[in-house]
Amino acid sequence: MSKSYIGKSIRRLEDKRFLTGTGKYIDDVKLPGMASMAILRSPHAHAFITKIDMKSARAMEGVIDVFCANDLEDELPEIPLRLAPFTDFQRFLQKPLANKKVRYVGEPVAVVVAEDRYIAEDALELICLEVEPLPAIVTVQDSLKGETLIHDAAGENIGTQYSVSRGDVEAAFKGAFYTRREHFRTNRHGAVPLETRGLIAEVEPTKPLLRLHGATKVNFFNRRHLAEAFNLPESSVELIETDVGGGFGVRGELYPEDYLVPIASYRSGRPVKWIEDRRENLSATNHSRDITCEMEIAATADGNILGMRASVQGDMGAYIRTNGGVVPSKAAQFLPGPYRVPSFACDVQFLITNKTPVGTFRGPGRFEANFCRERMMDLMADDLNIDPAVLRHRNLLTPEELPYRIGELVPGDPDATLDKGDYPSALDRLLTECRYSDWIDKQDPSDGKLRSMGIACFIESSAAGPPESASITVLSTGDIEVRTGASSVGQGTETGLAQICAEYLDIEIERVEVSHGSTTLVKTGGGTFHSRNTVMAGNATRIAAKKVKEKAKELAALRWNCHPTELTYENGEVCKSPDRFTLQELATFAETRGDILSADAIFDNEKKLSYSYGAHAAQIALDITTGLVKVERYWLTEEIGRALNPAMIQGQAVGGVIQGLGGTFLDHFIYDDDGQLLTGSFADYLLPTSSELPEITAIALENFPSELNPMGFKGAGEGGIVAVAAAVGNAIARALKPYNISINELPLTPDRLREALRGAESLK
Amino acid sequence: MKPPKFSYLAPESVKNAIAMKQELGENARYIAGGQSLVPMMNFRVAAPSALIDLNGLTELSKVSLSSDSALNIGALTRTRRLENDPKITGAHPLLAAAARHIAHAQIRNRGTIGGSIAHADPAAELPGIVLACDAEIELQGPRGFRTVHAVDFFESVFTTALEEGELLLNIKFPRWPKDRKWGFQEVSRREGDYALVGIAAWFDLDATSSISACGLSAIGAADTPVRLTKSEAALLGSVPSLPLFEKAAAEVTADIDPFDDVHASAIYRCEVAAALAIRTLTEAWERDT
Ligand SMILES: Cc1cc2nc3c(=O)[nH]c(=O)nc-3n(C[C@H](O)[C@H](O)[C@H](O)COP(=O)(O)OP(=O)(O)OC[C@H]3O[C@@H](n4cnc5c(N)ncnc54)[C@H](O)[C@@H]3O)c2cc1C
Repeated sequence: MSKSYIGKSIRRLEDKRFLTGTGKYIDDVKLPGMASMAILRSPHAHAFITKIDMKSARAMEGVIDVFCANDLEDELPEIPLRLAPFTDFQRFLQKPLANKKVRYVGEPVAVVVAEDRYIAEDALELICLEVEPLPAIVTVQDSLKGETLIHDAAGENIGTQYSVSRGDVEAAFKGAFYTRREHFRTNRHGAVPLETRGLIAEVEPTKPLLRLHGATKVNFFNRRHLAEAFNLPESSVELIETDVGGGFGVRGELYPEDYLVPIASYRSGRPVKWIEDRRENLSATNHSRDITCEMEIAATADGNILGMRASVQGDMGAYIRTNGGVVPSKAAQFLPGPYRVPSFACDVQFLITNKTPVGTFRGPGRFEANFCRERMMDLMADDLNIDPAVLRHRNLLTPEELPYRIGELVPGDPDATLDKGDYPSALDRLLTECRYSDWIDKQDPSDGKLRSMGIACFIESSAAGPPESASITVLSTGDIEVRTGASSVGQGTETGLAQICAEYLDIEIERVEVSHGSTTLVKTGGGTFHSRNTVMAGNATRIAAKKVKEKAKELAALRWNCHPTELTYENGEVCKSPDRFTLQELATFAETRGDILSADAIFDNEKKLSYSYGAHAAQIALDITTGLVKVERYWLTEEIGRALNPAMIQGQAVGGVIQGLGGTFLDHFIYDDDGQLLTGSFADYLLPTSSELPEITAIALENFPSELNPMGFKGAGEGGIVAVAAAVGNAIARALKPYNISINELPLTPDRLREALRGAESLK
Repeated sequence: MKPPKFSYLAPESVKNAIAMKQELGENARYIAGGQSLVPMMNFRVAAPSALIDLNGLTELSKVSLSSDSALNIGALTRTRRLENDPKITGAHPLLAAAARHIAHAQIRNRGTIGGSIAHADPAAELPGIVLACDAEIELQGPRGFRTVHAVDFFESVFTTALEEGELLLNIKFPRWPKDRKWGFQEVSRREGDYALVGIAAWFDLDATSSISACGLSAIGAADTPVRLTKSEAALLGSVPSLPLFEKAAAEVTADIDPFDDVHASAIYRCEVAAALAIRTLTEAWERDT
């Protein structure tokens, strides 16, 4: 009987240690002789550094080292671009320590290494930073004006700009029955994982070795660049992954600290630990989502879209970090979404400002694009007096039209194609679940609240980038070890890969142990982003398992003195009726021959992307007097090809919705005119909590297995978040329809809604 | 986010605590639940040289009814107890209701009524209740015992009538008639957040069903909690009705002086304070007591 694990809601193997407090996060790692590091961060948004006096800090008892950029003999390296590396970006790369100039509040200026973190923070207070302030650029408009340059050598504040298009958009607009133009804005916010970043560096004085604990996400890419920066062979740099309390795109990129901690360790000759505290986290870790979008749509009287044109401006913060231009470029690329948009043109600008640099955050660019496009769809539906669902149906690409070439909408990316699927049926399933046709927007007599429902459609790409590796070894104890270059950031990768391994080797899952991420485990790895793990590491695990079975047969053939093709494999055993060898027996046999029962595998999807798709619906209740909105119910459908573990997919969808609700209502990095971050603690930067949760119905569809990998998986980590602001925004706009209020800017705070209502009420 | 060095002292009596404070001076601080003070220390907004820990002083966590039916609540009484102890919920339902809006259970388990009042955050619930209910605040200091009426206690943001070395002993709430009408409403971004703005209200009816006594206060509406005397004047002597409440609510903005912050504008707070006043009075009126 064969064991079946794929498609089952296996309990997460990692949860026992997480729930019993035996997980090992970076701050749980303690090395002998370890010192602690703290960073002096710029309190100024834009200023020339005139003097850094570190004398008293250095003299403090318990302080081991204090340094700033000037103290370093070697030129500090620039943090490299990993994704969307548009050419002009080279002018705006960040070095780990500010030199001569600070460009955002939170930029590292000096480093203290001390016996403990308390002393290190005491010493920070003794460092005297003198500056000559410069005007802070905090809006894209001021950045564009270029009166004050943030990077003088660049000669402008425009990181880069480009135009992309397909079809004849001019012609589409010229003859169109209907056009509308709107201005949208999505709020600067971020991933804010509950576990902040942290690193420990160890160096060996006698041989070239740099070991960095606390790494995650893209360890092999990071190793390559750290090796280069520290002038070491790659084999001398080890990145070690611990348990990680949330990644969401921000954790595991190269940041200034990935260089500063090793430098501190080299200088002091001791292992050095740095744990990001929450205050640092909110200004040091990548921000995201900060775009404005001027958008225009053209359609027929029946609401058939003829064209879209837009200009997207991204506020990139003070430097271009590893994620390059992903956020605005993906916002532009995803604007047309799942619809038949015959012509499309978009100008994209990346603007440098005196704020924390931006990077990717779960659904980068998609969350933003969906908000703009799906709000526009609802506005058009109202203008043309067509039901929003009917309007979407008219424009959704049909199964017959897929695959559909969307063209080269990101410079340097290959021509993109939406793969096969059935968009209308995913919307229909949603409409059935939320009983859309029975729903009536109304003011509820019971409590005076306005109740309404909004819907939104989305597509989401997954599994981009380099190949992924997995290796499986059968130990002579009978245990099976899976190793992968992919990372686990808490999403259940250990369980998912164990399921695949156990299914293909036809063994009990309890025997499988999955190790991940660290560069010491496998030769290479692509890493964890873009909802990759199940698709990439999952398929690599499948291939490795198949190879292990072949190898097991070869070993058994040697024992039986026969040809492997005469043998069968079942139930974790190689059989030649009536005889059989268990994997454990074969592993022991291999050992006696100086061999091991193991196989390495690489999965490469040749950078072909599979698109998940679906629809969201939100039911809200709005208190018009206070502007408070309660999301009462939430539904989503998402085609994910094939579910590896339905419970974990449910968790991804629900978690995504919750994080999306945060971005829609709460999360907001607010800066004042001087470039000071006003929401710099959890008292002011608000995350969604369990108290705010609606009832969420998440339905994973498995009707269209991906044709791009044999197991049929599509990514399932981001579909839960990408359309939340769109669906909620549409619901609120429906509730406020009588007031003619535009819901074009996030977050939707009670204050903003009241302000809009006040304007509308005074007009009445 | 680590505090600078401080020393720690655990006094055995109120007298002992006050003596310690006198000796250590201004840079020493009393600590109760630590739910406001410790975050400030971690942010290095406060950097006390010494903490004098009140948590061992069981004499400060007594709850009792005095002969005149006044409710005495010791300063060290945990917020959680305000919402759960039948002695309190029965004797002062408004206090219990407001306490439930404070933060989350974990924080209410540690935070104390005395700490909240001494801290004097203008958006905090308990100072608003103390003010609306004409509570007396009993203090012990180097110069002896004194009582300060709530209206004289809150001076501005985080600033009170407490003098150097003075310790908050007890809060004395006047008798709460059984059929008193009361309500409490606040608006916050998330459950458990400090209020953007909130209103506490109570009133008593006489034999003619007219309002014979009342108390209203607003939180999050100025640099201290505010007693809404103009609204009270509008209510006194009249029979409750929606138009009466609307009239009283129209007076709210005259007494408050709210501010802009990242969560809401002053205009929002004005508008919503007035709206909440109507809701709170309606809630009170509709309550079966
Ligand atoms: C996440 C979070 C959310 C919160 N939300 C709210 C909220 O919604 N509403 C709200 O009202 N509060 C809120 N609080 C604050 C909480 O209620 C605190 O418990 C309260 O403000 C202080 O009480 P404490 O006992 O913890 O005082 P401490 O933090 O120990 O002390 C606060 C101050 O009072 C002084 N002090 C304490 N006791 C005495 C005494 N007996 N005599 C003289 N001085 C004294 C201390 O010296 C210090 O200056 C929140 C706190 C947190 C951490």
